[in-house]
Amino acid sequence: MKTTIKIFAFVLLAGLASAFTYKTTIASGYKVGDIATDFSLKNIDNKKVSLKDFKDAKGFIVVFTCNHCPYAQAYEDRIVALDKKYKKLGYPVIAINPNNPEKQKEDSFELMKAKAKEKKFTFPYLFDEGQKIYPQYGATKTPHVYILQKTSKGNVVKYIGAIDDNYGDESAVKSKYVENAVDALLKNKEVSVKETKAIGCSIKA
Amino acid sequence: MKKIVSLLALVLLVSCKSEDKKEAEIAPKPLKTYSKENSSVKSYDFSGLENLLKKQNDTTYVVNFWATWCVPCVEELPNFEKLNADYKDKKVKVILVSIDFPKMVESNLLPFIEKHNLKSEVVHLNDPDANSWINKVDKSWSGAIPATVIYKKDKRNFYEKSFTFEELETEVKKVF
Repeated sequence: MKTTIKIFAFVLLAGLASAFTYKTTIASGYKVGDIATDFSLKNIDNKKVSLKDFKDAKGFIVVFTCNHCPYAQAYEDRIVALDKKYKKLGYPVIAINPNNPEKQKEDSFELMKAKAKEKKFTFPYLFDEGQKIYPQYGATKTPHVYILQKTSKGNVVKYIGAIDDNYGDESAVKSKYVENAVDALLKNKEVSVKETKAIGCSIKA
Repeated sequence: MKKIVSLLALVLLVSCKSEDKKEAEIAPKPLKTYSKENSSVKSYDFSGLENLLKKQNDTTYVVNFWATWCVPCVEELPNFEKLNADYKDKKVKVILVSIDFPKMVESNLLPFIEKHNLKSEVVHLNDPDANSWINKVDKSWSGAIPATVIYKKDKRNFYEKSFTFEELETEVKKVF
């Protein structure tokens, strides 16, 4: 009987311990409703860009993306389309490459310039030098989107996740998560789908 | 007494039968099978793949999500291969779930399997609506790869990280 109790206590303890380690690994970065930090990051034209520079913006579509990742590449044209559609409505795209080029050489600043030119990016493509901004947001992969709404309290996170529900085939998309969220914000409505998940390339810091 | 024995026999029979049925149910049907010379890969949607994440037998399953273009995934593959080889007789089975784009299966995945002479079972997952299935693999998974599930029956752990062989061995022994 005593051993059973001992075993039981051990299992309980082990369970508790694993529950704690589990928690610490997931509780980081922003949640919907948090105020997102501003930043000053180098754009592909060598000028620094901050969210506060966009005086007329109502909010932002912040996309952590990069050059090398096939998922990011699959979304390049769709990110350009988002900027074209929503910049004039007050929600410009701000793209940030969070990867360390020492770990992933295709994501160097020079190759970011080449990518932006090749894909005709209409938005800032910023380099998270030293990989300092993405952990504050809690981005884990590329592409990873944060939609922010400008308020008197700061830029409030309104949506976190994927661009839509089909990376492979744009014509087969059923839910355009980012468009739906920005459309709702533009109508002063609550975003209905606030968080989604997608497969992506882990960020190389 | 006789009654009890026959009742017991009946119970046994019924349970065996349901066991058989269960086995039949968990044989997933691939969407497609890709083949090239010496390698072949079955491609599943998530409902097919899910069966590989829920097996209720004595084997410890190590299910790794990866892709040929994912550098950290490719770097850790030899560790999974070594685990699969070293623990072959100890009821440990490695399943490598490739999430390469479907159009890359024939051009990249099959040649990769041949070139690296992968011995672990490789399956392909083709289910682009990832938001519908990522949480079913694990609620804590953000969707980044590499990612790994290690489980035996209902004992299960999930990792969104890269592994050394030693780390992998330690984690396998936790559910062993």
